[in-house]
Formats: sequence, structure tokens, C-alpha cells
Amino acid sequence: MGSISINRLSKQFGAAKVLNDIELEIQDGEFLVLVGPSGCGKSTLINLIAGLLKQSEGAICIDETDVSDVSPGDRDIAMVFQSYALYPTMNVSQNLSFGLEMKKTPKDEIKQKVEDVSSLLKIDHLLDRKPSQLSGGQRQRVAMGRALARSPKIFLFDEPLSNLDAKLRVEMRTEIKKLHQRLGTTIVYVTHDQVEAMTLADRIVILKEGEIQQIGTPFEIYNNPVSRFVADFMGSPAMNFVECVVLNNRLIVESADNKNELSVPLNDESSLSNMDTVILGIRPEMVTEPKPGSTGPFIHHFAFDVDVIEPMGADTLAIGRWNDVEVQARISPEAGMNAEKVFELQVDTSKAVLFDPYTGARVDFKPATA
Amino acid sequence: MDRTQRIVSARIGRVFIYALLIFTALLYLAPLYVMIVTSLKDIEEIRSGNLLLFPLKPSLYAWQKAWSSACTGSECDGLAPFFWNSLRIVVPAVAISTFIGSINGYVFSKWQFKGSNYLFGALLLGCFIPFQVILLPMAKLLAVLGLANTVTGLVLVHIIYGIAFTTLFFRNYYIGIPTELVNAAKLDGAGFIKIYKLIFLPLSKPIFVVTIIWQFTQIWNDFLFGVVYSGSGTQPITVALNNLVNTSVGGKEYNVDMAAAIIAALPTLLVYFFAGKYFIKGLTAGAVKG
Repeated sequence: MGSISINRLSKQFGAAKVLNDIELEIQDGEFLVLVGPSGCGKSTLINLIAGLLKQSEGAICIDETDVSDVSPGDRDIAMVFQSYALYPTMNVSQNLSFGLEMKKTPKDEIKQKVEDVSSLLKIDHLLDRKPSQLSGGQRQRVAMGRALARSPKIFLFDEPLSNLDAKLRVEMRTEIKKLHQRLGTTIVYVTHDQVEAMTLADRIVILKEGEIQQIGTPFEIYNNPVSRFVADFMGSPAMNFVECVVLNNRLIVESADNKNELSVPLNDESSLSNMDTVILGIRPEMVTEPKPGSTGPFIHHFAFDVDVIEPMGADTLAIGRWNDVEVQARISPEAGMNAEKVFELQVDTSKAVLFDPYTGARVDFKPATA
Repeated sequence: MDRTQRIVSARIGRVFIYALLIFTALLYLAPLYVMIVTSLKDIEEIRSGNLLLFPLKPSLYAWQKAWSSACTGSECDGLAPFFWNSLRIVVPAVAISTFIGSINGYVFSKWQFKGSNYLFGALLLGCFIPFQVILLPMAKLLAVLGLANTVTGLVLVHIIYGIAFTTLFFRNYYIGIPTELVNAAKLDGAGFIKIYKLIFLPLSKPIFVVTIIWQFTQIWNDFLFGVVYSGSGTQPITVALNNLVNTSVGGKEYNVDMAAAIIAALPTLLVYFFAGKYFIKGLTAGAVKG
């Protein structure tokens, strides 16, 4: 009813290969988010799904039918654009009904649909206005309403919240999520904002330079990143990366004066050999002020040179150096207020991940549990 | 410099600038003034008097003669029949060349196809060709089509050479309409014609105004195509004016000549007076805001 199958899809613009061999199965009813840095190909991919671009190689199937030769208007897909693309000479009501009129829907049905959609999105008092008379947030709602009115099989969103101010963005994010829960229609959503990706997605697809890096649920991506790029891209503030050495079955983060050493015992099944260098990845929320209740093999303490304290309200970000590596820690606001130049932090390595220093690929390791 | 000195020198500067501007304007308008004034005088006054003098007994005799009884070669029906000829040429030529330019501009800006850039470049050549170059081949073509010396033939020539400019105007204007609008409409199920009719056309008022004014002025004022491709009954007013001025039975009637010239120029002058500001506005108008 709205499943998409993308097989060996590639897109080239002249000499530039923008998408390379993309394989992706999107389930019916899924909220799939495509995320990645600028230029990774996510907008190209969504335009290919919509049929606005023709692929260079590969196939796109919707509900098991190859749609490569089907025009965008016949694919039963609706799209919300970053710039909203509202028809400027038509009022809101005409914008909402345009797609239905193209499909020759009976007039009373169109009227009902426009009423339903506009009251759902709370734009019913704006029906006679032209787009130039609306605020950014209102335009965004009309753009969504125009897509909704068509009751398509698939919704595509191309960075719809990028042009909104921060507060509105958060509100609309929740609205979109509620909409998805209510309608159950497949949504493919493109964003460069990883917070949007985490909060909205059933599954996330991370793209880099035209290739898929990882596909997974937000939980999987966050806790089980497959590469350093993914680990660095997802999560805000970003993960800390510290170089360390394997020595005698322990992971050592060395320090000149032996005072700030981190030593993580590895169990026997680790694939690492002695004297290997690896990159240890620890998220800032695992680096906190010492918590009295925390004990166990994963808890370590070390001293930290504070550079900047950034109060964020619920907690405080402390940025500083540990053995000349920049590290970000999430500490409580109280600890942040009392911070001295050098103070002691607690590191919880239970969720730490390891990466190859040259390829960035994830290295499996199992810290000793005892 | 102290304050009073500065004020005085500013004032002197301003007086000087105004004087210069007024002088230049007067210089520029002097010929028009002479034409109007001469057209209202009788021959005696013209022959004996000063060019710049206001008429002693202004009369519309010259205007009446220029319009309905002056001789343009062997006929003496004044400019009136040729005024209507020009209208018959200009109206379809402007309408058709503008419409085709609009469709062309639409295609070149939003529906690019393989080689469309080269095609556009080739079309643009039409803006820069000196028309004298194509006179002979075009004459041959019109003869082959059986359109030599006809109004239809002249209209065809104006349409063809008008398309180069009109396409340019529309294409540059439509480039300013975001392509995402076209994409949104495609997804909504609209095709080539519907998108033009429902989205582009409503947005095109400024550029239609610009193009129509431009084309009207160009085609009405044209002499070259008119003199080459029209026959004796199908000449536009510019050609007739030339004939009128060169035909003199007896002495030269300068007042009639002046009146005739002004009659010929009047439509484009009026277009400028009434629509000139829309021309400027249209040229600088953006298509879509927000």
C-alpha cells in the first residue's frame, strides 16, 4: 500500500556520480528519514522517488510495480518542499484543492477534503489568503495541507522545517510525528538535522557522498554506529573520540604524568592485538560529574582541564581537555556552577565503541564485565 | 570653508545643474516643438518667418490634408488608409510574436531538453542579425509562399524576427519563477499546458506588458521591412510618410509634412506616455516573492 523498493539505484550528473548503487527497502507505513551532510545525495534520492528526476541506473518500485517510466503525477506521491512551493496566484483554498482538481475529483468531495485538512492543520481561517499574506509557519502548514488533501500512498518531505525558526521547528516536528501516527502513511523525510532524524524516524538511513552508511532504528544508530562517521554525525553534542592503545589486554589512554590514565580491561574474546591503536568513542552523557551511586568495572575517574562551560538549562556542557584531547562532558547544572579550572569527571565506558583509526570502521570489542 | 560659504556654493551648484538640465531638455525638445508649431502655420508664415515663432493664426488645415488628402505617390488619400494598414500589420504581429515568445520562454526556462541551450543560442542570433542581411532571402521566401507584397507576408516577417526578442524576454522572466513550483504542480498531476495556463500565465502580466510595448514600438516604427515587403496598397504608415514627404505637387508643403510625421509617430508616443512606467516596472519586476 505504500512500500518502496529501491534497487541498485545510481544517478549521475555528467561526470559527477551523486548516488551510487543504492539498495533500500521501505516498508508500508514506515517513517523513514534520510539524513546526511550537504551534498550526500539525499535530495537527489527523494526527487528520484518522486519521479522529478530520472535515474541513470537501477529501478524504483512502489508496491512491487516498477515506476521508472511513470510520471510524477501518476505515482500517487505528495511532496512537501523546503521552500513550500505554494502557487502564488492562488489562495490557500485553491492551493489545497489543486491536486484534487487535476484528478477531476467531484466538487463536493474537494470541498469536504479542503475543510477537513484545513481544520486539522488549523489553517481554516486562512482559506482566502494568498501565500504572500501568510507567515512562514502558516505557509508550511498549507504546503503540508496540499500534500495531505491528496491522500497519497506516500508522503515525501524535503527538509520542510529548515526555513522555520527554532521554536516553530520543534512544534512542527511534533505535529508531523502526530500526523504520521494518525494516518499511518509511508513517509520518506529528508533532513540534514540529526535531531529531527532521531526524533521522527522509525528507521534512519545515513548517506555520505552518495552511498548508504547505515540503516537502522534511531536506537541502533545511536548506540551501535557502524563507523566513526555515523557515530560523529548522530548525536548532539557529538561523540568524543580519544586515541588509545591496546596493552596487555587492556585499553589504555595514556597520559604523560600517569594521572589521567584510562584503563579498560578487555575480555578474552576481543579481536584486538597487543599494541593496536584504536579510537575510543564515548558520548558526552557518559562523561559526567562523579555520581555517588556509580560503581562497577565501567566507571573510571579522571581529571579534566575545563575550557568552556555552556549551560543548556537541563544540563550543562563542559568542554575541556583531557590529555590534550578535546572532550565534551554533560554535567549537572549545579556541578557546572561550581566548576573549577580542573575538576574530576566520571567516565562510564559501558556504551563505549571502538573505531579503526585509519578506516573509521567499527571495531568489535567486549570490555570485561568483571 | 565655513558654513555660509558651503551653503552658497551648494546653492550655486544646484542652480548650475538645473540650468544645464533645462537647457539640455530644451535642446532635445526643440525639434518636436518646431514640428508642432510648423504644422499649425500656413505656408506664407513658414516661408517668411522664424522657425521658432509661435503661429500667428494657428490652423488645422495641414493636419486635415495630411490625414485625408495629401498625395503619397500617385494616390492622394492622405495617411489614413496607411494608418489602418499599419494597424492591420501591427496587431496580429505583436499578438502572435508575443504569444509564441511566451511559450518558447516557458519551454527554454523550465522544460529543457537535449540541445535546448544550443537552440536558444541560435534563436538569440535573431536579436543581433542586421536585418539588411536577410532582405533578399526573405523576399525569395515570401515569393515562394505566395505572400509577396501582402500584409500577411509582412506580418510573417515581423513575427519571425520578433520571436527572437520576445523569447528572450519571457525566458529571462520565467527563469525567475522557482522550478520547485513546476515540480509541485507536476506531482499534483498537472502537465505542460495546465502548468502554463494555471501557474505561469497568471504570473506573467509584467512581462506581457513589457513585450507588447516593445513589439508595438518596434513594428509600428519599422521602415525597412515595410518598404521592401509591401506593395502599393499594403504599405505601412512609415513608408507612406516617406512617400508623402517626397511627393510635392508644386511647392513643398512643410506644414503638411510636419503634421504627417506627427500623425505617424503618435501611436508610439502615446504608448510611451501612458504605459511607459509599466514598461520600466515590468522590466524590473520579479516574478514571485516568497
